[in-house]
Amino acid sequence: MILRLALALLAVPVLVLLAPSGLRAAPVTTDRLDNGMQIVVIEDHRAPVVVHMVWYRIGAADEDPGHSGIAHFLEHLMFQGTQQLEPGEFSRIVEAQGGNDNAFTTPDYTAYFQRVAADRLGLMMRLEADRMRNLNLTEQDVDTERAVILDERNQRTDSDPGSLFREQMMAAQYLNHPYGIPVIGWRHEIEQLSRQDALDFYQANYAPNNAILVVAGDVQPGEVLALARATYGPLPPSDRIRPRSRPTEPPQLAERRVQFVDERVSDPYVMRTYLAPERNPGDQRKAAALTILSELLGGNATTAVLARALQFDTQQAVYTGAYYDGLSLDATTFGLIVAPPPGQGLKETEAAMDGVLARFLADGVNAEDLARIKAQIRAETIYGDDNTQGLARKYGAALSIGLTVQDIRDWPDILQSVTAEEVMAAAREVLDRKRAVTGWLTAREEAP
Amino acid sequence: MIAAALRMVAVLAVMAWPAMAEIRIQEVTSPGGIRAWLVEDHNIAFTAMNIRFLGGTSLDDPARRGAVNLMTALIEEGSGEMDAQAFARARDGLAADFRFDSDLDGVGVSARFLTENRDAALDLLHQALTRPRFDPDAIERVRGQVMSVLRGKAKDPEAIASQALMARAFGSHPYGSDGTGTEASVTALTRDDVVAAWKGALARDRIFVAVAGDVTAAELGPMLDRLLGDLPATGLAQPGRAALNAQGGIEQIGFPGPQSSIGFYQGGIRFEDPDYFAAAVLNEIIGGDRFNSRLMDELREKRGLTYGVGTGLAAFDHGEMLSGRLATANDRVGEAIQVIRDQWADIAAHGVTQAELDAAKTYMTGAYPLRFDGNGRIASILVGMQILGLPVDYPATRNQRIAAVTLADVARVAKRLIRPEQLFFVVVGDARL
Repeated sequence: MILRLALALLAVPVLVLLAPSGLRAAPVTTDRLDNGMQIVVIEDHRAPVVVHMVWYRIGAADEDPGHSGIAHFLEHLMFQGTQQLEPGEFSRIVEAQGGNDNAFTTPDYTAYFQRVAADRLGLMMRLEADRMRNLNLTEQDVDTERAVILDERNQRTDSDPGSLFREQMMAAQYLNHPYGIPVIGWRHEIEQLSRQDALDFYQANYAPNNAILVVAGDVQPGEVLALARATYGPLPPSDRIRPRSRPTEPPQLAERRVQFVDERVSDPYVMRTYLAPERNPGDQRKAAALTILSELLGGNATTAVLARALQFDTQQAVYTGAYYDGLSLDATTFGLIVAPPPGQGLKETEAAMDGVLARFLADGVNAEDLARIKAQIRAETIYGDDNTQGLARKYGAALSIGLTVQDIRDWPDILQSVTAEEVMAAAREVLDRKRAVTGWLTAREEAP
Repeated sequence: MIAAALRMVAVLAVMAWPAMAEIRIQEVTSPGGIRAWLVEDHNIAFTAMNIRFLGGTSLDDPARRGAVNLMTALIEEGSGEMDAQAFARARDGLAADFRFDSDLDGVGVSARFLTENRDAALDLLHQALTRPRFDPDAIERVRGQVMSVLRGKAKDPEAIASQALMARAFGSHPYGSDGTGTEASVTALTRDDVVAAWKGALARDRIFVAVAGDVTAAELGPMLDRLLGDLPATGLAQPGRAALNAQGGIEQIGFPGPQSSIGFYQGGIRFEDPDYFAAAVLNEIIGGDRFNSRLMDELREKRGLTYGVGTGLAAFDHGEMLSGRLATANDRVGEAIQVIRDQWADIAAHGVTQAELDAAKTYMTGAYPLRFDGNGRIASILVGMQILGLPVDYPATRNQRIAAVTLADVARVAKRLIRPEQLFFVVVGDARL
């Protein structure tokens, strides 16, 4: 995910994803405007705050060949004014309300949000509706923003060997699908992106019938619907929205290997990603099993299978982790990371990781581990209720990739009902090195 | 037409007083004399607790730098009859969440636990705080992780810049060195050092507690005694005031890569200072938490020099500074620094405009109530308020203090606080200066 502004950049090169929870005690209301805009309202009356989000079903993986980064570039340019607003005025108005605004782009969607006092919701909707159709860009604003994005790429990718490494890994993982192209774009293509490219992408994709409105906080659904009808309602739907069809992966028949050498690497590590199925409408069981599998293998720094074997029973790692996120439109990845202690080579480290996987595939799931993970997932649904913005994001992301509200509601129960047999079946299917990329990140070249 | 309407609404809303969170803070004193602040919220069946022990890594014996940090990381690695594995299983089985961290001013504990097994979760947390095992194998495992963190910092330009800045600013005071320690000092730490750090840092004479969530004041008192009552009464002496080296200049540290990480600072202002709120507004105008600060506008919006730049009034417990950071392409570092220097000179000489002041004040007063939107965040804010010595009604009065800041106040503070000759820059990267 690429934010318009992220001052606090993560130093740790790993994201350990806890299973998301969709179920919530507070009411969730859904509706749809006549122009096709989907609406979700999540009520939380504990504080006089509202989060207003508009999600577009368009992301970096929908870009035309040669135009990598245009989705994210446009996301930045959406703050550069409309026919009625000057550049930067959008954020100035939000800030004058004491609010914060930001936006982010992923391979599958682009989202814009503001967090403000609940009684300012109508103004936010008018602003957001205005820039859905009335964007106005000057050549100079586009040139300046391109420089900002190149700085962003410098800061987030080119200055971080772990980031460059993951970019190379993803490029190797996908033989045909555009998930292999970074969201921020390849530098040489970003440099060529023009004002017209941005406007073309905007006009082809930004319309109410390609958007989802998520409002979460101290609001009444009826009032939200009335405001939405008044602000977004008059916008005409676009007849240019195309169904999303992307190049798909051919059968992957051979493991790929990447060794990325960069003198700025402090601690080398081994990373492996496997091509893995994602959550699909009405079909989430395998993704649920993979979610549990990632928790079992690497979700907990102490009790997970990899941590126990490589950090406690032996001292063959200083860090281990597994990650999987099924919230993806097309085939996603299941990842493993093992960082060795100083002096231990990556060949030995990779062998140790594979040894743990082989034993896990032979021994199966420990019933006590499975029960503990399910208890934690259940608790996360309670703790998750404390974070309204997080809930709003879960709904927005899931709906953006085509899941239904019912799918979101079903997800926690599906996770609870996953059996040990399903976890092992998913593990045997996905942990296949023919569909994997094995990467070494090192400061100095190591012999394979 | 739409344009006029939009601006009209914006102007009207600026004048309206922002919605205020109704945060009802209760002061609770346990039968054993431990004080805590509480916000009851029975909407969700869990409780968040935040505890801070003042001192933190600044309590380290200079010869044993990193002891408090290593100790804090070991609290969840086994206690009582449980080794690290058993403790993690017990905690996860209760679905409780405990986090322990240390920084230059304190050791923090943040906990979330479900109402359905609250007593068991608190007993487990009590065991971790009062009966840590510090098993030799756990010490070696966590020491290995700390060493990995240190190696990572040594190759992270932002971490290098921030450490160089603190070293230049605070010299031999504990603030001037990394509380994580050095590879040499962490290698040399013994179990005795870790035990001494535990006894010295987690004591009742330096504790601040706040709780938010599904618990009543009557229930909280006995909980506090059970959790914290048998900690040592006193601990290690706190460090003294940290004198700031406020001589301007520039320091470069070479580092490969396309861009440079830049940190900068000058003298700051204490929270107790009558002009603190005016200074906070001024900082918000210069480089605060928004897209439309002076520096964001001059560096990013006008010139595309950086992805982001920000400043902050760092008011530590024993010293203050006004500091900022950004990153920019190597061939534009000189230009970026000059833009910052020009802004400093301009603000010192001319202050800010009424429009800038109004925008900052409406942002700050509007944003404040939005902070209190979850049990975990409320508990953390309440601990911070207690440390600053604020009264329980502070949330109801804070916006008035911001609103009372006038253009004359900001001009006075700008003249006094903004000191171009004090600006010191640390540049980490291969820029040619």
